[in-house]
Amino acid sequence: MSSETVRFSDERLAEIDKLVKRYPSAQSALMPVLHMAQEDFGYLSMDTQKMIAELLGLRLMQVREVVTFYTMFREQPCGSYLLEVCTNAGCMLNGAYELAEHMCNTLGIKMGETTEDGLFTIAEVECAGACGGAPVVQVNNVYHEHATPESMDALITKLRTGQEAVSEGGAA
Amino acid sequence: MIPSDPKQVKQICFDRINIPNVHKLSVAREHGAYEFLPTVLNEFDSDKIIDEVKTSGLRGRGGAGFPTGLKWSFVPRNTGKPTYLLCNADEGEPGTFKDRDIMRFDPHLLIEGMIMAGFALNVHDAYIYIRGEFLHEANVLNAAIEEAYAANLLGENILGTNYSMNLTVHRGAGAYVCGEETALIESLEGKPGRPRFKPPFPAVEGFYACPTVVNNVETLATVPAILKHGGEWHAAIGIPNNTGCKIFSVSGHVNKPGNYEVPMGTSMKVLIEEYCGGLQHGTVPKVIIPGGSSTPWLTAEHYDVPLTYDDIMKAGSFLGSGAVIVMDETADLVALTRRLSHFYAHESCGQCTPCREGTGWLDRIMVRVQGGAGTADDVDVLHDAAQHMAGRTICALAEGAAAPVLSLLKFFPEDVKARLAEKSA
Repeated sequence: MSSETVRFSDERLAEIDKLVKRYPSAQSALMPVLHMAQEDFGYLSMDTQKMIAELLGLRLMQVREVVTFYTMFREQPCGSYLLEVCTNAGCMLNGAYELAEHMCNTLGIKMGETTEDGLFTIAEVECAGACGGAPVVQVNNVYHEHATPESMDALITKLRTGQEAVSEGGAA
Repeated sequence: MIPSDPKQVKQICFDRINIPNVHKLSVAREHGAYEFLPTVLNEFDSDKIIDEVKTSGLRGRGGAGFPTGLKWSFVPRNTGKPTYLLCNADEGEPGTFKDRDIMRFDPHLLIEGMIMAGFALNVHDAYIYIRGEFLHEANVLNAAIEEAYAANLLGENILGTNYSMNLTVHRGAGAYVCGEETALIESLEGKPGRPRFKPPFPAVEGFYACPTVVNNVETLATVPAILKHGGEWHAAIGIPNNTGCKIFSVSGHVNKPGNYEVPMGTSMKVLIEEYCGGLQHGTVPKVIIPGGSSTPWLTAEHYDVPLTYDDIMKAGSFLGSGAVIVMDETADLVALTRRLSHFYAHESCGQCTPCREGTGWLDRIMVRVQGGAGTADDVDVLHDAAQHMAGRTICALAEGAAAPVLSLLKFFPEDVKARLAEKSA
């Protein structure tokens, strides 16, 4: 597969063109562009990273070191719904580990895994910055605060049957 | 300078927070947003603004507590280079969640504060570096910024004056260390967020080697009130050297966790009992982490400590970002420390050996201790490693990693011993 097979849409390219102008150097646009690519393509394949390096006039290594440094950038695809359970202090004190275990049981997978149907990936994450609403579960960038085993089971059922779509648009 | 009665003083950053739809420009304007901005742009100059902020006694609300006016006065003028203003909205310190509420509920307060700060520092390009997970907050800010541009509050010749400023929201991508100001600058330059050696300080050489001021969201959101009411007004709230109000993000074992903005000097006990509805179990907390997970623990002995930078320091910790994590008698402190050690090991950027290796040691040993497989030697190594990390690295992450471990060993050695004993029992 050559890097020409991964392409941003013309609208995205126009958006990126505007974005680059907001910074003293195009390199500053790298992280926003990686967010856009992840939203558009689901993850950051090597081809996507090469394409972005060319687009911003960077060396591939400059893109690689950013992709691998930051936790939110993924080099592998994940499920349609990424369930990120915060288990840091505030959430831990309010039952996050018990909640995480319950969710793994409901989904029939271990922490870090994806369900066979490709719908759900569950991951443990560091402090989500919403400790007043502990425990917190992020589902595709949407925060669910004061999560309980019951509320998460209900959400998982709704997502499975397509009764609820969760995502908040906008990558940059 | 009179200590203020907590019930008498209005909130500063949360003044408009309960007004429905105040994130919209029209609603925010009905409630005073940008009302004083024309006066600032037309009648104030740099020196006047910096003097007012100095008089106000405002100290950085992100954690370090450095006087804001003084920080601004370090920026060299007429260098021939642009000056940049960066808002630190990377809010990642476990326990901290205050800036999120300012941004999602009253974004125009932050924007107005940034225009005023930018004007004082002759900034034409300002950025809000927001943690990547806060996508909703970034979307709210972007919508508010768009409205502000359309109303000529941002962009070219703001409100018909000679002053122009652009404002851009920039999302991080999940790296705690980027909350350190020089790591934030590296990250904004499109690189891994590894802290820089200081000096040079950002005020002299920051973003792309240009003079740069990095201020926390809450700090910048306090500026409009200071300029409107005057530095003296702000200085009269709280107590000397610890002026104004502060948002405390309270989490853990309290009945009503959340953000509470109170005048500096309010006691910890009042915050927890009157504002947060008290503890989930018992009447006295076992541990209070007063300023985010990186700050040393306080115990029941300091339950009455006044919430000021100076008093909390006297008690042996730091006010930090105002993130109060409360633990009652049910807390498993060994498990909590193990969890925090894991966090710091995960977040170490890896450039300084004491931190890269030390955080890993603490993490692995704490896993052993929590699992009942620890030995008395492990306790010695924990102590030794933690003490050799702090102060030997470029940034303060290692110190933050050492704090919970050292606090656990200092205040609750019997909890650790009990875990070791489980194995032999």
